[in-house]
Amino acid sequence: MTRPLTHGLMAEFTEPNELIAAVRATRAAGYTHVDVYTPYPIEEVSEALHLKRSGLPLLVLIGGIIGCTAGFGLQYWAATMAYPINVGGRPFNSWPAFLPITFETTVLVAALFAVLGMLALNGLPMPYHPVFNVPRFALASRDRFFLCIEATDPQFDREGTRRFLERQVPREVSEVDH
Amino acid sequence: MSEATVTPPSAGDARPPIIGPGHTFGTVTDKISAVVLSRRPPRWWFVGLAISFSFTMVLLYAVSYLIVKGIGIWGVNIPVGWGFDIINFVWWIGIGHAGTLISAILLLLRQEWRTSINRFAEAMTLFAVACAGMFPILHLGRPWLFYWLLPYPNTMAIWPQFRSPLMWDVFAVSTYATVSLMFWFVGLIPDLATLRDRSRSRIGRAVYGMLAMGWRGSALHWHRYETAYLLLAGLSTPLVVSVHTIVSFDFAVGLIPGWHATIFPPYFVAGAIYAGFAMVMTLAIPLRRAYGLEDFITMRHLDNMSRVMLATGLVVAYGYMMEAFMAWYSANTYEEYMISNRFHGPYAWVYWSLMVCNVLAVQGIWFQRVRQSVPALFVISMFVNFGMWFERFIIVVTSLHRDFLPSSWGMYYPTVWDFATFFGTIGLFMSLLFLFLRFLPMISIFEMRTLVPEADVKEEPA
Repeated sequence: MTRPLTHGLMAEFTEPNELIAAVRATRAAGYTHVDVYTPYPIEEVSEALHLKRSGLPLLVLIGGIIGCTAGFGLQYWAATMAYPINVGGRPFNSWPAFLPITFETTVLVAALFAVLGMLALNGLPMPYHPVFNVPRFALASRDRFFLCIEATDPQFDREGTRRFLERQVPREVSEVDH
Repeated sequence: MSEATVTPPSAGDARPPIIGPGHTFGTVTDKISAVVLSRRPPRWWFVGLAISFSFTMVLLYAVSYLIVKGIGIWGVNIPVGWGFDIINFVWWIGIGHAGTLISAILLLLRQEWRTSINRFAEAMTLFAVACAGMFPILHLGRPWLFYWLLPYPNTMAIWPQFRSPLMWDVFAVSTYATVSLMFWFVGLIPDLATLRDRSRSRIGRAVYGMLAMGWRGSALHWHRYETAYLLLAGLSTPLVVSVHTIVSFDFAVGLIPGWHATIFPPYFVAGAIYAGFAMVMTLAIPLRRAYGLEDFITMRHLDNMSRVMLATGLVVAYGYMMEAFMAWYSANTYEEYMISNRFHGPYAWVYWSLMVCNVLAVQGIWFQRVRQSVPALFVISMFVNFGMWFERFIIVVTSLHRDFLPSSWGMYYPTVWDFATFFGTIGLFMSLLFLFLRFLPMISIFEMRTLVPEADVKEEPA
């Protein structure tokens, strides 16, 4: 596939309700390669985009299980095999005493998975992204809302899509260069 | 603790709002980021940083001398082997707990008022944990060998003793520091992107840009971000309870009268939250004044925080009462002596100061007039800061100095080096805080945007 000439078309909105209406219209018109940029998380936008539940909770559960088994395993191995110490005849595998550290390693690895997993799924750090080529996009981290229909969308057509976006009464429609 | 965090819903009551009127996405962003992006910080900032930094130098000097001479320069000796170092460790780590409580537990309980105080409370947590972590390491005697505490394959072919509460501490404190740092940084990412987009200096754009990692506020990213943030809050909530529980095990697992008590974990956790909220108030009251942030940290916040202080203060008072009651009820000579020694012994003045600071002073909060008076709240929170330090002094020193055998009784006198190290960590804490105020947004900008009226989304049939 040849690389499209542009990354896509971007419409700017000043108000969250306008944006949500535009997102719904975009989905209704059949566009699928759509991304929305907002200065704070808006639940209604995720719903309007039909975003799937993220796989992150499962990842965190896996992290927790790894942390739990590794933490307990380390203590069990150290206390019974690698370096057994007889303390007043108590069993080497004195497991209740191992629980505090097992708990801490569970939380630690689960939290690491949550943070690193979120960044990895989001593809961050990302040193370059075309949307930053739109000068007004700097306002996306202040008070403006952006809707971008990407050129990879099967329905994308420079003229048609621009006309479609202009019907959503944005403040401005701009082309996103690569 | 649940009693502390349940506040009535905001709708329909006459309490002040959680954000001043007239704010929009733009004004919230500009007002908070202006503190960081302005060219020159106010004069008091330089004065404050200079004073704090000189105390940090005192810390450096005290620690260097300690490393050269050994812990003999401190007042610790048999029978009081734990002195200022452990008192300060517990005091600092307790202060840290409010940050996690505000950011995690109040998030899960959907307490929106947390938004304007969570960022600097989390920063406070990090800096307090950094100060706390120093003390046990310095107390090791040979602090350069602290890594022997970590389980790693070594040529000595030995492994740490995992049954020891001191090992639990290593894991609890290091996990707590790591998770708090991640939680804080994840919360900062969108605000770092704001600073990147708004900074006019090249260095600012480059540094904030690198830290923001290319965050662009994509809806899909926000979606995962919020999931991650909630999961972290869910993980931090039991973590914060476990950390001070484990710190209390350092004492409770020992056999010394005054330490060997089952009430220690809940009593320590409540004390930590009490101390932490007092420190948040101590810092928030001057800050909101200095930066004109009364719109964001409103009387509502101070009111809510003082209620949490009152509730945890009552739990702590219950702890003191139970210690005295159990000493009598157990009919154990040593327990009885322990409590009468606290009441009448050589450190009785510390015990009674503790009662005044931690039990009496906080009772003022029952009255609405006190909750609405900023100076009164500041004074009460200072009382609690001192009181919680006295509490740890009582637990550590009075329990150790007269245990079972009168032949092994003694007294503990801190030296100038104990004080230098303690005040030095206060200097380090304040220096880090001043730098934080200058270089990072002290209030979460993106979360404040969700609170302005503009953010209300009209209900529409889909």
